[in-house]
Amino acid sequence: MMAPRFVLLWTDTVLWAMVAVLVWYGWRVKINPNLRANWLKVLRDPAALCAGIVLALFALVTLLDSVHFRRALVPAAGAPAGTPTFYATTTESLLDALLARQIEMRETNYSKPLATLGLNKEAFERDGKPVHDYPRLRFGGAHLSDPATQWAGDLRERIGLGAAAGLAVAIAITLFVAAALRTRHGTMRIALRDIAADRTHLPLRAGLLTVTVICVLGGAVAALMNHYHVFGTDRTGNDVLYQALKSVRTAFVIGTLATVATLPFAVVLGVLAGYFKGWVDEAIQYLYTTLTSVPNVLLIAACVLMVQVFLDKHPEMFETGSERADLKIFLLCVILGLTGWATLCRLVRGETLKLRELDFVQAATAFGVSHARIMARHIAPNVMHLVLITTVLSFSDLILYEAVLTYVGVGVDPSMNSFGGMINLARSEMSRDPLVWWSFAAAFGFMVTLVLAANLFADGVRDAFDPRARSFRPRLRRSLPV
Amino acid sequence: MLNYLIRRVGYGVLILIGVNLFTFILFFTVNTPDDMARLNIGGKRVTQEQIEKWKTERGYDKPLYWNEREQGSARATNTVFWDRSVSLFALNFGRSDAQNAIDIGHEIRVRMGVSLQLAVPLFILQVIASVAFALLLVFFRHSRIDFWGVVLCVLMLSISSLFYIIVGQLMFSRMLHLVPMSGWAGGLDAVKFLMLPLGLCLLSRLGGEARLYRAMFLEEIGKDYVRTARAKGLSETVVLFRHVLKNALIPIITSAGSYLPYVFLGSLVFESFFGIPGLGAFVIEAITGQDFAIVRSMVFLGAVLYIASNVLIDLAYTWADPRVRLT
Repeated sequence: MMAPRFVLLWTDTVLWAMVAVLVWYGWRVKINPNLRANWLKVLRDPAALCAGIVLALFALVTLLDSVHFRRALVPAAGAPAGTPTFYATTTESLLDALLARQIEMRETNYSKPLATLGLNKEAFERDGKPVHDYPRLRFGGAHLSDPATQWAGDLRERIGLGAAAGLAVAIAITLFVAAALRTRHGTMRIALRDIAADRTHLPLRAGLLTVTVICVLGGAVAALMNHYHVFGTDRTGNDVLYQALKSVRTAFVIGTLATVATLPFAVVLGVLAGYFKGWVDEAIQYLYTTLTSVPNVLLIAACVLMVQVFLDKHPEMFETGSERADLKIFLLCVILGLTGWATLCRLVRGETLKLRELDFVQAATAFGVSHARIMARHIAPNVMHLVLITTVLSFSDLILYEAVLTYVGVGVDPSMNSFGGMINLARSEMSRDPLVWWSFAAAFGFMVTLVLAANLFADGVRDAFDPRARSFRPRLRRSLPV
Repeated sequence: MLNYLIRRVGYGVLILIGVNLFTFILFFTVNTPDDMARLNIGGKRVTQEQIEKWKTERGYDKPLYWNEREQGSARATNTVFWDRSVSLFALNFGRSDAQNAIDIGHEIRVRMGVSLQLAVPLFILQVIASVAFALLLVFFRHSRIDFWGVVLCVLMLSISSLFYIIVGQLMFSRMLHLVPMSGWAGGLDAVKFLMLPLGLCLLSRLGGEARLYRAMFLEEIGKDYVRTARAKGLSETVVLFRHVLKNALIPIITSAGSYLPYVFLGSLVFESFFGIPGLGAFVIEAITGQDFAIVRSMVFLGAVLYIASNVLIDLAYTWADPRVRLT
């Protein structure tokens, strides 16, 4: 086995850079007591904690899908020793390698979730005679000799085994957590009891329940997915589960990159406008008012059309189709960033206007500290909570926006898996007879889970970090902890 | 007041100039008319003659900013910039880039009427529905109704509007046969085509709006005048409707006002899904047909409407709160 050649796509680079920044931020949180207190507040919110766990799982899928490589080809038998290795023309990711079986399990047409037969009747030969019937799938349930009698039993057995394995993992995690809490709560037995009664420092009961649900569902799906199409297949026979998992990365890339792309403009211009006031302020205000005055979709559509012209003119910028799609989504994020910085800029400007009058800034000015240094050391760190809140809040909006943009025709490349693309296809599938609902349902399930988790997490972050936002979250009155 | 209006309109014109310059640079300098011609004609082998012919037909063969070959003022007026950008201020949109070269101005007037038939009832019903739902939650605050109401709101705002449309069409048109799937008819017949998109659009926006208004109302409820009103012995209903609602009008106007430009521009997604021939569908057709002239015109129109609706919002503030003075 020869080493594959790693390929660093544009979005991969940015995603991994973001991971590095997150690690650095984690270190900052660790040494800064204020930040740590705020993040603890986020984690103490059960909804935010559970949402965070779900988001972390999606992030893991994204990162697995962000390590791209091209496989080395096996050299020809009689090749001399010095020949250079050749690499495959298709770019794969680590996720593709993990889901190789799902890619390989390609049928020829639609099939229902967990089906063993195709959706449409076809003409084929059975025992030497031509018949017109529902064909057996090539992979879905192919291990069964007589699907009519064995199918239900096989499913039950696999789901049971998978769920049991998942449950075992969840129990192991719970025991591990209890062991970690042993010193604080006395013994492991007390720790377990406290978790069950929700008397822990963090809402561990809710978090562990989420983990259990994920493990059980994941276990069942994992047990099924190598022998059935859990979410069915699409028109060309591709596994829908695989497509949905691939779409997670697209959603994540749009959700994170597009906000990160707004940050340089929003923070720099906002701080400048608020700090210098006068004509600088006027000019920057004019700039963002002009940008916001154009309806967002139109502005993005105009920019994306221009990017398409640009890409058509410069075919030398990419080698493979996936690199082109990647460049396109990267540029889409840049466009979203260039057109979307006004809201945050306005917030940062307002905050800076307030901060610059405060004593510590006045003192710095009196000591003769330079403008640049005051802005960098005294003002910028104090607007970071706005940046954080806006980033997490806009994450879910952008994921929803991607679907609309793709539908309008200015979103991601059609060759790239995305929730918007899946919905777009589902539109025609829903008018077929018999109804093809599973692509739509899979996109719906994954997207709602992702967006809901993002929304709940964002709410938690806003409540913890925004000193002025009063939390109006309704809470059911609980019995007081003993 | 008059002073204020003049200043606002003046600033609006400045912004429009900015928008125009931006779109012009984006559409004519970043990519030249030659590139547009190549994309619009399509195909791999596009000859230079075809490009020249395409440009001449649409008047893109003139110099961009300054025509050296002309005399006097025509040096500035006989240019692409004058034809395509300055003339927009006179609401002269010109003709589209497509083969049939439709009159964009005429098309916009016809289609805006259609868009308004969907958007005006939607706008009014949306404000009423969200405020009513939010008031309901506030009335039952700290109870199960409030808790599950907010859970429902968060769930609803986590669902893409595309899902509402597809499921709605499936249920009401395909399974129950209550309303037609999509299409359009003039006059009173329009009602049966409008009902489904109207309801679904309301539903898709209700979650986010109601949650927002609920937070606003709860913020108001914590204030002193509410305590005074309760101390006077007023009932909770009177407090909510007569006092809190009136004082929360300003944030409601701000939030509802942000939808105002879209009342005229129509909804891109809903119009195209339901085959309503409004402005939103017009934009989608332009984008898929890569008709840059229409996209440019709509960007300009959108900016005009945005500025106009901001002035309207400011005027509404003075109506809602007499303490607000526009100077």
